[in-house]
Amino acid sequence: MNGLLRYGLMIFIALVLFGLILLVSGRSPIGSYRDIFTSTLGSAYGFSEVLVAMTPMLLTALAVALPSRIGLINVGVEGQLYMGACFATWGALTFSDLPAWVLLPGMALLGMIGGGLWALIPGILRAMGLVNETITTLLMNSVAPMLVSFAVFGFWHSPMDTNKTPNFAPSARLPTLFGTRVDLSLLIGLALLVLFWFFMKSTRWGLEMRAIGGNPQAALRNGIPYRTYVISALCVGGAIAGLAGMAQVSGFYGVLLANFSRGTGFMGFLISWLAGGDPLGIVVTSFVVAVITSGGNLLQLTRDLPYAMINILLALTLFVVLAKPQLARRRKPA
Amino acid sequence: MPRGALMPSQFTISGQTLPIIHMRGIRKAFPGVVANDQIDLDLYPSEIHAILGENGAGKTTLMKILYGFYHSDAGQITLGDRVLAIQSPADARAAQIGMVFQDFTLIPAFTVAENIALFLPELDPVIDLKAVRRRIEDFSSQYSLEVNPDALVSDLSIGEQQKVELLKLLLSNARVLILDEPTRVLAPHEVQSLLSVLASLRDDGYAIVFITHKLKEVMRCADRITVLRHGRRSGTLLKKEASEDKLLSLMFERELPGIEVKKLATPDRGLPALELRGICTRAEGAETALRDLQLKICPGEIVGVAGVSGNGQRELADLILGMKHPEAGSKLMFGEDVTRESVRSLRQRGMCFIPENPLAMASVPFMQVAENMALTRTRRYQRFGGLVMDWQAVREDFLQSSTRLGYSLPLYAPARSLSGGNVQRMVIVREMAQDPRLIVASYLTRGLDVQSAIAARQALLQARDKGAGILLISEDLEELFMLSGRLVVLFGGGIVGVFKPEETDLFKVGHLMTGSEIRHAPAI
Repeated sequence: MNGLLRYGLMIFIALVLFGLILLVSGRSPIGSYRDIFTSTLGSAYGFSEVLVAMTPMLLTALAVALPSRIGLINVGVEGQLYMGACFATWGALTFSDLPAWVLLPGMALLGMIGGGLWALIPGILRAMGLVNETITTLLMNSVAPMLVSFAVFGFWHSPMDTNKTPNFAPSARLPTLFGTRVDLSLLIGLALLVLFWFFMKSTRWGLEMRAIGGNPQAALRNGIPYRTYVISALCVGGAIAGLAGMAQVSGFYGVLLANFSRGTGFMGFLISWLAGGDPLGIVVTSFVVAVITSGGNLLQLTRDLPYAMINILLALTLFVVLAKPQLARRRKPA
Repeated sequence: MPRGALMPSQFTISGQTLPIIHMRGIRKAFPGVVANDQIDLDLYPSEIHAILGENGAGKTTLMKILYGFYHSDAGQITLGDRVLAIQSPADARAAQIGMVFQDFTLIPAFTVAENIALFLPELDPVIDLKAVRRRIEDFSSQYSLEVNPDALVSDLSIGEQQKVELLKLLLSNARVLILDEPTRVLAPHEVQSLLSVLASLRDDGYAIVFITHKLKEVMRCADRITVLRHGRRSGTLLKKEASEDKLLSLMFERELPGIEVKKLATPDRGLPALELRGICTRAEGAETALRDLQLKICPGEIVGVAGVSGNGQRELADLILGMKHPEAGSKLMFGEDVTRESVRSLRQRGMCFIPENPLAMASVPFMQVAENMALTRTRRYQRFGGLVMDWQAVREDFLQSSTRLGYSLPLYAPARSLSGGNVQRMVIVREMAQDPRLIVASYLTRGLDVQSAIAARQALLQARDKGAGILLISEDLEELFMLSGRLVVLFGGGIVGVFKPEETDLFKVGHLMTGSEIRHAPAI
């Protein structure tokens, strides 16, 4: 409860600061915020759009949070997401005749394999003590979209376009919920987060991962197989990112565009670190970020704001959250 | 006047009668424990004042209050006749109080001179390192604290780093020097030189506070001794009034049980618990390479490893544990070749390990004691294939093992809230929980008070009598002579001598440890 109050306070501070910026640029802050909230939380449609925006963030944040528990920094979610989307698309295009109940799990599996394999490379390099995973995952981000482009331009593009595949067969599309654009991957993301929470809290592997995260030296000497965990944690993180990629092409787009992801992977990184890798925190933070981004889209129309302004609001939120320890300390003596 | 709590009224040290620091009625409570209660303490110039007490008696807390690291809940500190409001270490340093912590606070990538310059109160915008260096050299030669000002701290031994910490305080004009267990990390000959440095500082008017739980050192160097017990002062004695027995009775309420070591006539001559055949390793970084090690530990035998730290002890322990693999040679456990096995599978074979630094090398600070207990045998406690852990079983094992050792530890407190000695106890409880077949213990009793040390040694002997092979690495030669059935001396990564304790003496072993030639026969 206390934590919720603190998060609320932080968001409030961020909104006040952004309000000042709106004021300076000659827009009514109250009117703008009213637009944001009515357009997102005020209607069923708006709310469903927030959930749509939030869906990939849940998965990509989890892809960062899991390796972070043993001290690994996975900056490569964007690339892993592309590879997952690429593998899943291959499945969708090749086996489009199969019924959905076979094809969709198959695509999910392919997506996870794609992302997992992409993360395996940094994992092995790190476990061998050769290169830090932060560098490799970051650099591999710029490689993955090119591979996807190569596949799309070279082999998969539709007769009409050069930069995208033909639309997926209906059997390769994730089912949507309640007639909105929200698709099944929202539930998958939430389920995985619950699973992650349980896994870290009560399983043997969770205990061992917490030990590695807490003190790798001691974990090694206590006989916990550190290298195995480094490789597996990065691979599982990559697989979840790959699943996010599959969900994007199969659910949201229904087609593979050469450069489809607009930084979803990086957004996941941001959310995971804001939430401290905590599952509930990831849900809350993703929701807030989704409200801001989808509300911001609307502000472009109603208030004639440049979209870059929304990035300012996001940056302010990040800024306030990162200043959290300072807040806590100052409030203590009072 | 009651003898236990006398204040030196008629007593003078080098003609000074007035204390420079008064601490009165100091109280400090942490959640769940009162670390200091109603403590009075006076520090005089030109004295070495030992603060003695078992682990968790509140010695470090008291001194951290004086140094401004903690704030006392009650009580006051006066300097001369001025009441001091020490809010931070900066205030303490302004009052010429300085402290050397157990864990040093040097920056490894800086040189000695840079580290010291960084600490000085008035640092010029453009640092005149030459002047700093000159002052370092002045103090070094005056108090025989020789250290190269241009050396990188990361290249210094622990003993040299301690000298740098002392120089730091001296250059910043501290007059009250607090040393928190300074001898814990030192080899015997380094202890000797530290004590003589302290004596010459004392002669020049410095007030020195020496926190320790080692009676011998107290008797050797202290002028006055304050004993703490469970956060209260149980007495302050002058050196001439003190005896080891009297101090022990102030430290502990009850009489100390002695320890009786039965030597086993001949250890079991079955398959050796551990055998190293011609082990060689490659040194990485600052490590010591092991050179052609031959070692056999029989079940029911304690093999002591004597040596000055940094001569391959850590590498030897890590090699046996399976942290690193040898370049040449082989390692056998009960006759089976385990040269390249992982830590986990060696532990499953019944190997246990008590490392030299249990907080850094064996425990996860933010985890509870119970979770730490489970870490070495996670598979034993898993249920449903690993989906959940059986914490009840962990608790039972913990209680059984800690009762046997006579330690009491809070099972659900995070490990980081434990004192240094309690972390050591926790690791000992864990490693002794299952009947181990091979124990590697590095500096088993370092940081433990007398009572806990006895319990730890008894646990080792119990394990020996049950047929475990034990490798005991230590710098405490008395401990090694008392416990080991055989003694090897490690120097420069190689074994330079093998003895039966009853057939050798401290003198011979000491010389082999330091690599010096034996030039004359022992005096006694």
